[in-house]
Amino acid sequence: MTSVKELLIILISSSLVSNVVLSQFLGLCPFLGVSRKINTAAGMGGAVIFVITLASGVAGVIYRFVLVPFHIEYLQTIVFILVIAALVQFVEMFLRKAVPALYEALGVYLPLITTNCAVLGVALTNVQKEYGILAGIVNGFATAVGFTISIVILAGLREKMEHNDVPGPFRGMPMVLLTAGLMAIAFCGFSGLL
Amino acid sequence: MNKAGERLWNGLVKENPTFVLMLGMCPTLAVTTSAVNGLGMGMTTLVVLALSNLMISAMRKIIPNSVRIPAFIVIIASFVTIVQLLLEAYLDSLNDALGVYIPLIVVNCIILGRAESYAYSNPPIPSLFDGIGMGLGFTVALTCIGGVRELLGAGELFGRRVMPESFTPIGIFVLAPGAFFVLAGLSALQNVAKAAGAKKGKDVSKIGSGCSEDCLNCGQKGCSRRLVEFGAQDPEKASAQTLGETDAKSSGKAEPQTVRGTDIRSLGKVDSNILEKADQSDVQEIPDIQILDWTSTAKEKKK
Repeated sequence: MTSVKELLIILISSSLVSNVVLSQFLGLCPFLGVSRKINTAAGMGGAVIFVITLASGVAGVIYRFVLVPFHIEYLQTIVFILVIAALVQFVEMFLRKAVPALYEALGVYLPLITTNCAVLGVALTNVQKEYGILAGIVNGFATAVGFTISIVILAGLREKMEHNDVPGPFRGMPMVLLTAGLMAIAFCGFSGLL
Repeated sequence: MNKAGERLWNGLVKENPTFVLMLGMCPTLAVTTSAVNGLGMGMTTLVVLALSNLMISAMRKIIPNSVRIPAFIVIIASFVTIVQLLLEAYLDSLNDALGVYIPLIVVNCIILGRAESYAYSNPPIPSLFDGIGMGLGFTVALTCIGGVRELLGAGELFGRRVMPESFTPIGIFVLAPGAFFVLAGLSALQNVAKAAGAKKGKDVSKIGSGCSEDCLNCGQKGCSRRLVEFGAQDPEKASAQTLGETDAKSSGKAEPQTVRGTDIRSLGKVDSNILEKADQSDVQEIPDIQILDWTSTAKEKKK
């Protein structure tokens, strides 16, 4: 059983120190693609937190109680990707029926994250680092919080930059990438935290 | 044989997945800390891409249209697992260096994109060469980016010192921020090329048409970010993967979305007639105007 202290360390290190986007480059596509406005970025972040936390829990349970007992750990990639894809579908259907308010808020983002590589990445990292189910869920939650933090910050910066006079070739994506690079430098500062 | 050569050239130069289409950016940024890592990742992806293209193409008549995406994923994931086990057995150092990014090849946009846009509608041999060509293009690109980062960040190339002693390595280029800076430079070069090409009247719609745009308005098929069609939806609907479609209780709501997405993506390719047609038609018509640049090859073949 993991102690509270270990869980706290996982929480900080996954959300800030080794930020999923800025130092591990997972989930880069939505990070660049859905960061035009703070509102949409926050919505995307919320959906990612929801899905990754759920997916890391489900993947952890399946790994522990199905893959390990049958000695088929090597099938983890196939099993995880299918579980995640199916899970997002079910979540979408469930939310649409049961919690329409939440579906209104997150619904449009769910399809975008079905195979966001961060979801699969977290599930695989949990196995690689031999986290238990609880630690895995905490890790998933922390990773997703890290994603949300960085995408909201980037969206804020992009809103500010929108009307700036950027040199021709750097308009659009290059400027966003440069901003992301500067954010990555800033996040390097967290590495002294642990 | 001519066909095979054409596919190789297409993947290496004309539709280079990294330099032209900007696809699969996650592995591109993550593993290119050195030229060797880039080469290793590229070769691994090449093997998976070629084999999965071959397999999907060979099975294209058996796989029902409505479940093709899950089928593709299972095939791709199987090959990734095989390659991962082989790497663990024979190239352990590379496996350690690439870590979690090997299994993550499964969600690489390039592989699923090629399966969807080429292998599923073409015979096995051209598909195999299409996979090899795309894989080679990816490998060359990753090796170049890795080389640049290694050269600037450590003064070395493939682990050998090439810069003069007086050169102080700019360490940040092998760290995470450097990846963003190098990609920003690459993306700026693309913009320059695009502007120059447009001036000469060339078709530049392919440049940068990959995963670097606004997701919410994107109608791209086969992008791994939008595998919504996991359930048994009907094929027409499945290919109309716009966000509008997701909550398309009213088709009226879906249309502006799609037209907007098309506007952004391939302005040059859509003439006003088609847009008008889309305005009058229902959601079922949307796939027709959603043919995006890198999927156009397959559509042409079908005709």
